[in-house]
Amino acid sequence: MPARIGVVLFPGSNCEHDAVEAVRTLGGDAEVLWHGDDSLKGVDGVIVPGGFAHGDYLRPGAIARFSPVMQAVQAFAADGGPVVGICNGFQVLTEAGMLPGALQKNAGLKFLCRMATLRVETTDSVLTSATDEGAELRVPVNHFEGNYTCDDETLAMLRAEDRVVVRYVENVNGSVDGIAGVCNEGRNVVGLMPHPERACDDLLGSSDGAPLLRSLLESAAKAAV
Amino acid sequence: MRFDVQVETRPRAGIADPEGSTIERSLPALGFEGIQDVRVGKSFRFHVEADDEAAAHALVEDVCARFLTNPVIEDSSITVTEASTV
Repeated sequence: MPARIGVVLFPGSNCEHDAVEAVRTLGGDAEVLWHGDDSLKGVDGVIVPGGFAHGDYLRPGAIARFSPVMQAVQAFAADGGPVVGICNGFQVLTEAGMLPGALQKNAGLKFLCRMATLRVETTDSVLTSATDEGAELRVPVNHFEGNYTCDDETLAMLRAEDRVVVRYVENVNGSVDGIAGVCNEGRNVVGLMPHPERACDDLLGSSDGAPLLRSLLESAAKAAV
Repeated sequence: MRFDVQVETRPRAGIADPEGSTIERSLPALGFEGIQDVRVGKSFRFHVEADDEAAAHALVEDVCARFLTNPVIEDSSITVTEASTV
């Protein structure tokens, strides 16, 4: 049985269909989960996709984290279920306290829509288990508030615990320590600003996102057993 | 009782403020000299119904901590004053 991935849809999300399509392309099963539902309908893994949930009012993710579905996502993650937040989804997960740090406006206040090169810093996470450490992946970024920040103690902890999952080879947005993605203590919750779901087919300019989402599918399949 | 509330939020000390630093860098080009340490925040104004000022303050502190600010990167200051009766 293919792993079933639930893709959370908030009002203002806009990458949910890309995520569903990418998961299906990679042989998984995917369905959209409405933010107002408090059930994950038995999925094996969760993607919180990109977009502008609730218009990004107040701060990106600040309102989305109060959606009923987020209670279910938090409980799922607490049980070890794999959860990946992409772009706005990363912002939602930091606002919900499921990942450390926060995402600020990009350095220089530039909106970025371009290809970025990421380096895999650890394969010990639900998003990188099927990749190689040190692998460089071309994955697009598309954000205004993707400048990862945290205090010095948090940064020291992330480094000491090997929780920086991916870094930008060229720091595109001013993120602390070039951080593009981090994971939680259990390594089953990962957030990243770049969009692997938009890089799963050579027709789109890169298929380097595929091993990342394949990692999620494998983690979800294991979690389902 | 009805209270006027003003909440100001700003990036915490030590947290980079890309908006503030971009504004600061542009000031000399516009002919403004001698301006330093620009920090950009938000201001919220609203009314609260509560039994007394302490209760109003406690409610606003809770709203700030859980919603109006992201405590990871932002500080806030709260001003609560009794609304003038009309």
